[in-house]
Order: sequence, then structure tokens, then C-alpha cells
Amino acid sequence: MNGLRADLQIVADWITPRARVLDLGCGDGTLLRHLQDNQSVTGYGLEIDAEKIVHCIRNGVNVIQTDLDQGLSDFDVGSFDYVVMTQTLQAVRRPDLLLDEILRVGRMGIVTFPNFAFWRLRYYLTVLGRMPMSGALSYTWYETPNIHLCSIKDFEELCLQKGIRILEREVLSHDLRRPVIAGVLPNLLAEIAIYRFCRS
Amino acid sequence: MPESIPPDSVGLVEPKCARFDTALTLECGRSLPSYELVYEAYGKLNAERSNAILICHALSGTHHAAGYNSPADRKPGWWEVCIGPGKPIDTNRFFVICCNNLGGCHGSTGPTTINPATGEPYGADFPIITVQDWVHSQARLADHLGIDRWAAIAGGSLGAMQALQWAIEYPHRLRHAVVIAAAPRLSAQNIAFNEVARQAIRSDPEFHSGRYQNHQVVPRRGLMLARMLGHITYLSDQAMRAKFGRDLRRGKDDFDFHYEVEFEVESYLRYQGESFVNRFDANTYLLMTKALDYFDPAAAFEGNLAKALVGVAAQFLVVAFTSDWRFSPARSREIVRALLDNDKEVSYAEIEADHGHDAFLMPVPQYLEVFRTYMDKVAAESAESGV
Repeated sequence: MNGLRADLQIVADWITPRARVLDLGCGDGTLLRHLQDNQSVTGYGLEIDAEKIVHCIRNGVNVIQTDLDQGLSDFDVGSFDYVVMTQTLQAVRRPDLLLDEILRVGRMGIVTFPNFAFWRLRYYLTVLGRMPMSGALSYTWYETPNIHLCSIKDFEELCLQKGIRILEREVLSHDLRRPVIAGVLPNLLAEIAIYRFCRS
Repeated sequence: MPESIPPDSVGLVEPKCARFDTALTLECGRSLPSYELVYEAYGKLNAERSNAILICHALSGTHHAAGYNSPADRKPGWWEVCIGPGKPIDTNRFFVICCNNLGGCHGSTGPTTINPATGEPYGADFPIITVQDWVHSQARLADHLGIDRWAAIAGGSLGAMQALQWAIEYPHRLRHAVVIAAAPRLSAQNIAFNEVARQAIRSDPEFHSGRYQNHQVVPRRGLMLARMLGHITYLSDQAMRAKFGRDLRRGKDDFDFHYEVEFEVESYLRYQGESFVNRFDANTYLLMTKALDYFDPAAAFEGNLAKALVGVAAQFLVVAFTSDWRFSPARSREIVRALLDNDKEVSYAEIEADHGHDAFLMPVPQYLEVFRTYMDKVAAESAESGV
């Protein structure tokens, strides 16, 4: 019925109807618009890019122009049911601190990121000797906003250290399909990782 | 006026006047037995009366927000960049009202008006008007025009404060508030600038305790100084550097070692000051700066703005400009934060602009794009739902 991208659809499926959602790095507001229309969700998007602010307003999404690196100090403890961050974790200055912020203002966090241990990326570096690029990481090394890339193992290790409890994990392979065998070697086969988590 | 009126202008417009004979009780405790508000209207009110927009003007603004009053006019209304056919406040879709605020000097009842009780101009006797009083008087204008609920109320600076006050005081009489280059209350620094401006006026020998009209004089030097000072706070350091730098006037390349105008920036400020004196009243200037100083909707709630906004029903667009140091983006964020605390509908855009506070009057593309997109949404709602 709608063309929601596969990773966003998984995120949407995890969010309960009428929930309050904060979307960090909400882009053009596609996810929030979908959640508003289909799940009666309310909330806000945070975005830094000026053009995307206009898209959000056009999409009927409440958007606050914000630099995520400044933290979420405008929001009180537990203001949201979910704090969502899709494909943005790798672009912030301190992902670890932002994870703390996510679980300060939200009861639950949902994060998606490109898995840097994906086999194609490994191939780029080890065989071609080039900085990895892929569908999810389409920037050249000198202009990429992605400054804190991590693998599935890295992320789960950080969660463990921080006492963050992972409630659910989904992985998508190339072309954003759910791979049958990714459950076996997710760190190798998954291009995108999607997590739902809360405080332990 | 330009040689021909541009197609995206509302064109020639005529001010109208509304008279109110029911006394208006003011925040200061005094009351006005009757008063007049001069306003302009652009566009057409639809059958459902759901497409009306109220524009609130800032300190030195007037009811003349767009178009030209006469073919001889050199300049259009003060918000011409935002109001007109195809502009953010699109007069093909909206019915737009802008009134000269009470206490003003462009036709609405104010210090230059004859006091019916004495037969002389009010002058210094005119009561100090607050933002709240303006909003009350504007609500009566809405009644007079048959507008139960504005599609939106928009303004920049002091105008934005009126939009905010409307949302607090008459939550169900507006669907949207567009709050541009605002602050929820003045800082000590803001008040300090206003006080210097007031002292400049009041210490002018021609001020005569505000009764200068009776003496057939104008405190020109004081008002001019006040405006020059104000103007510095409306511009950013970058804007002044880009516009004037250290350039000397008329291609001069050396100093004359005197105190007459030498730098371009001096020339500009003097020109701004002098032209202002010809179109503005000193008592009105004093009154407007006081209205700014007193504005503080959070004051009744122990300084907690979020509590002041609990009852707000309007959706908000809040816009700030990066180089505005008079009301910096951080001040707009205070408003945004208070709305967020209450789970209100709000979007916030921080526009990259070098113009300083005055950016809200400038054709900054990103600003106009955000404003237009938001108003498109307002127009769509007006069309589909009625009031």
C-alpha cells in the first residue's frame, strides 16, 4: 500500500499505536508521517538540514531544526515512548553519549545503522584496498558525514558496557531484504542492523 | 512607487478605520473610553470566514504591511516580501488584516490623538499600552470584522510577541501562530538598550515632559538618537561590515580630522535617524519600548513559560535567524522548549542569514521557503475545513 523502505517498515512495526515518538535525524519526515497516518503516533522530528526542514513541514510533520551533537536538553526525562534514530548514529560526534540521551528522554530506543563489517565493505578494504562504499554508505571518504562507523559486534559490545538491554534485533542484507541466513553470521551478512533497546 | 506595480504586490491599498465606543480597560489600570484602529486588508474573506490572517507589527511598524497607498509612494508596505499574490502569505488565498497598534502614530488612537476630555493631544497623558492590551484591542477588531477564528496570526519581533500572547489569551481564536525573530521576554541587555533610547528622547530639551506638541516642536535629536541606537541592534556585525566596512563617504580616501560625517556607516545611521523622525512620534516610541520591556507571559507563572503555554491550542511555526543577536535563536528555543514541554504542535527553523534581527523583513530564500510551505498547509486547512 505504501512505499515505506524496508528498514523503516521494520521500525514502524515495532512502534505501538498512539505512541509518542521522537525521531532523531528525521530527514524529510517520511517515517513520522507514516506513523502519524497509520498508527496515530504523535511526536517530533529533529533535523539539522535546512532543505529537509521544508520537506518535513510539507509532510505535515512537526520538526525542530537541531544539531544532535548539542544533545537533547530541550526534552525532559521520559518524554517519549520511543526515540528513533535511523541511519544517523554513525554521523554524530559521540554516539555513546547520544545513546544515553535517547534512553534519558525515551522509554525505549530504536536505532538503525550500516554494519561496517558487512562482507562487501570488508571486500573493498581487504581485496580492493579502497575505503568501503555500499548502498548504505554511498559517500566517498573525503566528504562522508559518517564519522563513527561500527559493526554489529561493536554496537552490541557498547550496549553491554552501558547496561543497555537489547530487546530485538533485525538485520537486512543488500537491497534491504531480510536474509534467510543472516541470523547465522549477521556481522558478515547484514548491511543494515536495526535494534530496539531499553535500560537494563 | 516603481514604474509599474509588480504583479506579486497587492497593489494600491487604502487604509480603513474601525471605531470602538466601548471602554477598553488597560493592564495599567486606566481605560480608554473609546478608540480607533486604522487597518489595511488584502485578499478576500471566504464564505466560511476561515482564511483570515492577522499580521502584527513590530516597534516601528504600521498597518501598511503591503502594497502602495499612492502611486507616489517610493516604497511598499513593511512586509512586502512576505505578503502578496504567490508570496508566503498569499493574498490569492488569504484575507489579510494588519492594524496600527493602539498607541501608534499612524492613525490609530495614540499620543498624537486629541484627548476628547481635554481637547488637546494626549501626549504624555496617553496610558502605557502593553502587548496584552494590543491583543485585546485586536480581538475587538476581529469581532468587528466578523472573524471568530484567525487561520493564523503572524509577526516578527514585537509582532511575534503579540501572536504568542494571542495564543495564550484566546487559544481558540487562532489555528496557527507564526512567531518570527521573537523572545519570550526581554533580557536585561534588551531593556538596557531600550532605556538608553528612552533617555535620549526624554533628555532632549524639546521633549517638554512629553508635551512637545503643545509647544509645536518635536524632540528630533532624541528620537533620532533612539532610532540610530535601535538600528545598530537590528543589524549584525557581519551585515554592517559587508554594507559599510570602514568606507569613507563620497570616495574620500583620507580623514579630515573633524566630527562631521566621514564614515559611510555614520552617514547611514544619521539618514535612518532623520527619516525616522519625519514619520514617527517620540511618545509612541517610548510607549512601544515599554510594551517590549513589560512583555513577559511567564511572569504570572513564577517565570515558567511552559506553564503559561499550558492552554495553547494553536499550532506554532517558530523561526529564528542565526545572526540575530537582539533576539538570538536561543531565545526562540525558549519558546519552542515551552511548547515541547506541553506536547504542543510546533516546528522550528533556524535560518542561516547575515542580516541580524532585520532578517525577518528580508527576502532570505530559505526563510521564505519555510514560511511559504507552512502557510500552504494553513491554506489547505482553511479550504477544506472551514473554521
